[in-house]
Amino acid sequence: MTSAVVVAKQLAEKVFGELADAIASHLAGATDFTLSLSGENSQFTRFNRAHVRQSGQVNDGNLLLTLMQDDRTASATVPFVGEFETDWPLLKTALAELQGMVPQLPVDPFLVLPTGSATSRTVHQGEILAVDQIASTLLSPVNTLDFTGIYAGGLIFRGYADSAGQRHWFESTSYSLDFSLFDPQNRAVKGTFAGNQWQQAKFLDKIDQAKHQLTMMARPAKTIERGQYRTYLAPAAVAELLHMFSWGGVGEADLQQGNSAFGLLRQGQRQLSPKFTLQENFEQANMPRFNGYGEVAPLQLPIIQQGQLVNSLVSSRSAKEYKTPSNYASRGEHLRAPEILTGSLTADQILPRLERGLYLSNLHYLNWSDHPNGRVTGMTRYACFWVENGEIVAPIENLRFDESLYHCFGDGLMDLTTFQETIPEIDTYDCRGLGDSRVPGILVDDFTYTL
Amino acid sequence: MFKFLSDVVTTATVSADWIGIRAVKDTTKACAIRDAHPESNTQRFGHGAMVEVLANGQFGYSATNNLSESSLAAAIVSAYGQAIAASDWAVHSFTVAARPKATGNYVSPHRKGLDALSPAELNQILLRICDQLKVSDSIAQTTASARSHDIETWFVSSNGSEIYQRDYVIETHFGTIAQDGPTTQLRTDHGYLAHSYQGGWELFPGLDLWQRVQQVGEQAVELLHADNCPDLATTLVLAPDQMMLQIHESIGHPLELDRILGDERNYAGGSFIQLEDFGSLDYGSKLMNVTFDPTVAGELASYGFDDVGATATREYLIRAGKLERGLGGLESQQRSHVPGVANSRASSWNRPAIDRMANINLEPGDRTFEDIIANIEHGIYMETNRSWSIDDQRHKFQFGCEYGKLIENGQLTRTLKNPNYRSVTPQFWHSLSQVGDRSTWEIYGTPFCGKGEPNQLIRVGHGAPVCAFEAIEVFGGAV
Repeated sequence: MTSAVVVAKQLAEKVFGELADAIASHLAGATDFTLSLSGENSQFTRFNRAHVRQSGQVNDGNLLLTLMQDDRTASATVPFVGEFETDWPLLKTALAELQGMVPQLPVDPFLVLPTGSATSRTVHQGEILAVDQIASTLLSPVNTLDFTGIYAGGLIFRGYADSAGQRHWFESTSYSLDFSLFDPQNRAVKGTFAGNQWQQAKFLDKIDQAKHQLTMMARPAKTIERGQYRTYLAPAAVAELLHMFSWGGVGEADLQQGNSAFGLLRQGQRQLSPKFTLQENFEQANMPRFNGYGEVAPLQLPIIQQGQLVNSLVSSRSAKEYKTPSNYASRGEHLRAPEILTGSLTADQILPRLERGLYLSNLHYLNWSDHPNGRVTGMTRYACFWVENGEIVAPIENLRFDESLYHCFGDGLMDLTTFQETIPEIDTYDCRGLGDSRVPGILVDDFTYTL
Repeated sequence: MFKFLSDVVTTATVSADWIGIRAVKDTTKACAIRDAHPESNTQRFGHGAMVEVLANGQFGYSATNNLSESSLAAAIVSAYGQAIAASDWAVHSFTVAARPKATGNYVSPHRKGLDALSPAELNQILLRICDQLKVSDSIAQTTASARSHDIETWFVSSNGSEIYQRDYVIETHFGTIAQDGPTTQLRTDHGYLAHSYQGGWELFPGLDLWQRVQQVGEQAVELLHADNCPDLATTLVLAPDQMMLQIHESIGHPLELDRILGDERNYAGGSFIQLEDFGSLDYGSKLMNVTFDPTVAGELASYGFDDVGATATREYLIRAGKLERGLGGLESQQRSHVPGVANSRASSWNRPAIDRMANINLEPGDRTFEDIIANIEHGIYMETNRSWSIDDQRHKFQFGCEYGKLIENGQLTRTLKNPNYRSVTPQFWHSLSQVGDRSTWEIYGTPFCGKGEPNQLIRVGHGAPVCAFEAIEVFGGAV
């Protein structure tokens, strides 16, 4: 980490507090506000064929100021660099613009005013690779392989303050390595490696696992005819399906507005398996528990318990609109720390119980194909195999699937593994993402492949 | 701004082969209404600079939102350090030819400014749209939103480039969900934010807005009681608002040279196209003419220069079905020795430029819409994308639409819900049998083209006529 980044890390929290105080002192009592901060000092190094394609650093930060007055509201975002004398003029200008804008706007009947007195401070310290170590550390062990992917690391910080006096701070120094190894036939295996402390031995072990898996891909590929096959989905593949629960899934607003795959579950017209339990679990999540209203989510919240939809994700805005208690979900009502509970399928029983069918390590490019019925289409990707007599026979040519979540996690769900894997959130759209999901593998009967 | 940035470059203390700064200021204003209540009224001001340095044949970058002289000077040192640290492991040894000297300006065409509508006026228009969408009690949700962007970019370099570009962008959307018991149907104004164009508030509200609103509301209700799209292989006719997605996923992405060179294999994927295919491969039917065209006035991804200073020009990618040229910027052209285009683009100051689509258009043919339908004994007509999925080599795809019509004996007959189709890219484009004329040609855009590590969302535009394809597998939803 460079010295400039260390300075920014020390100053960001202090300056954010000073900016929140300055906003409070400029507002009359009848006006409420929230102020959120999102920032990062990140290193991105991108690889192709065990070489560096692009390498660079991004120092970024943004303040989101929301003003609430006479049941009306508006928000403004301005840059944050961590220097009061630079940040305050921009924030003050935004405040003045919002003060002029808010009275023009229609009344918002579902406006959520800041209340409560929650405060929190979470700091995840980290020891990660220095810039001049990244290429040699990562590429030396793979220089004979077709290694491609991205290393992202550095400081991520989030802040929250409001007119009710709530204050939160979260920061995490972390890294993620998302990589693929390819063989000469262009078949590939995938690996992800993330944490707060760089662990060289674990990295080398991860590479060895991937190399071993790649040797299994060397066998001639089998073309599978479209149809239904018993299928094992490894945790990384299950995590892809789990993403769909946050896109027109278990949010209360989506359920209320006819925009959910689980409307039929709530209406009792479709069922999920009693083997399936999904919950929010912030116990070990690398993710702030506070949301954009400064509210702190419960440590655990069951969503689907033994197949029953026991809770939707309810933000305080939806709570107001639909007159149901909030469980302090985010405004978008997406899963932030999802966990699928385990079953009884031990690792050594996966292939024997699969017996004849498909072993899928990863899925790719999922989308709803029939949203109200929970049907999802997507592709198999990376290390996916045909299994016969409980043994891996051959890698497969990639297949398109089209199957309903009501089948995967309902009548088709044979079992879940006894183990979970932590799948890190590695998205970097606009900024590095936070969080992860904890998921087991699942064994599904008659999984449908269409192309 | 030019003098300030140029002074920072010329006083740099590192011994680099090339230094460039791309500074961006972006003001976004957005309003969203749902069910006749405000969802959000936001504005966003952002600025920052991407500093790039070439040393030992490797580019390094350092991006910062602190635009002070000392911060930019520090960023040059940081970017130089990045280049040196990576240069022993460089995927290619680049030269300054990847950053040619260029000077010039580009400003989006616009007749009205982005302040021509006040927040109050914009809210009132969107509220009225929601009201009018609610054509019956079956309407469960109505949404309307609009966003404006004013994006200024300054590019300077140590070899004398000075480029100023200013994009004015208007993005609008409305749609509704109709519900009858367990059945729900979505209908929107040509897809989420498909009405995305360069220009000012003269674009919205347009003359046909209220007619479109009424039609979207009525068609949502109509779909509730429509038959499911049948499962069969038949002639498929796609409207321009679905052709947009079809072109994007099965022509645009597979022709990106960085995918073919392997940069994207860990994320977005590779391509079924090989470098040796350029100049020889029959990509599709001879009716197929596809251009890269960042010069179309008002189309979403028009510009004068890409983000490394290459001059934007219109080029044929596919002519009479034959693959001519790739979607690769100057770096990919150096690496691949394949002819490319000016498409090194970044989503903003905080991301490096990579190969992107800009405006990728399917050129019009010679058939009116009536001619196309009249020539079909049996088929399905589909409008407006609602689902998209394609494999990492851009080969096997499955796309879904909002609204379908049965074609029987040369006429559009019954409305169909849940129309979907699936195919394989080369087979699909070789089945192109009819291409609509200019009267059927429409332009749409999307701000959501995702790609790159670190990830980037970028704006692209697609113009297309109505097109017909033979023997395509279509299917519907659950009964």
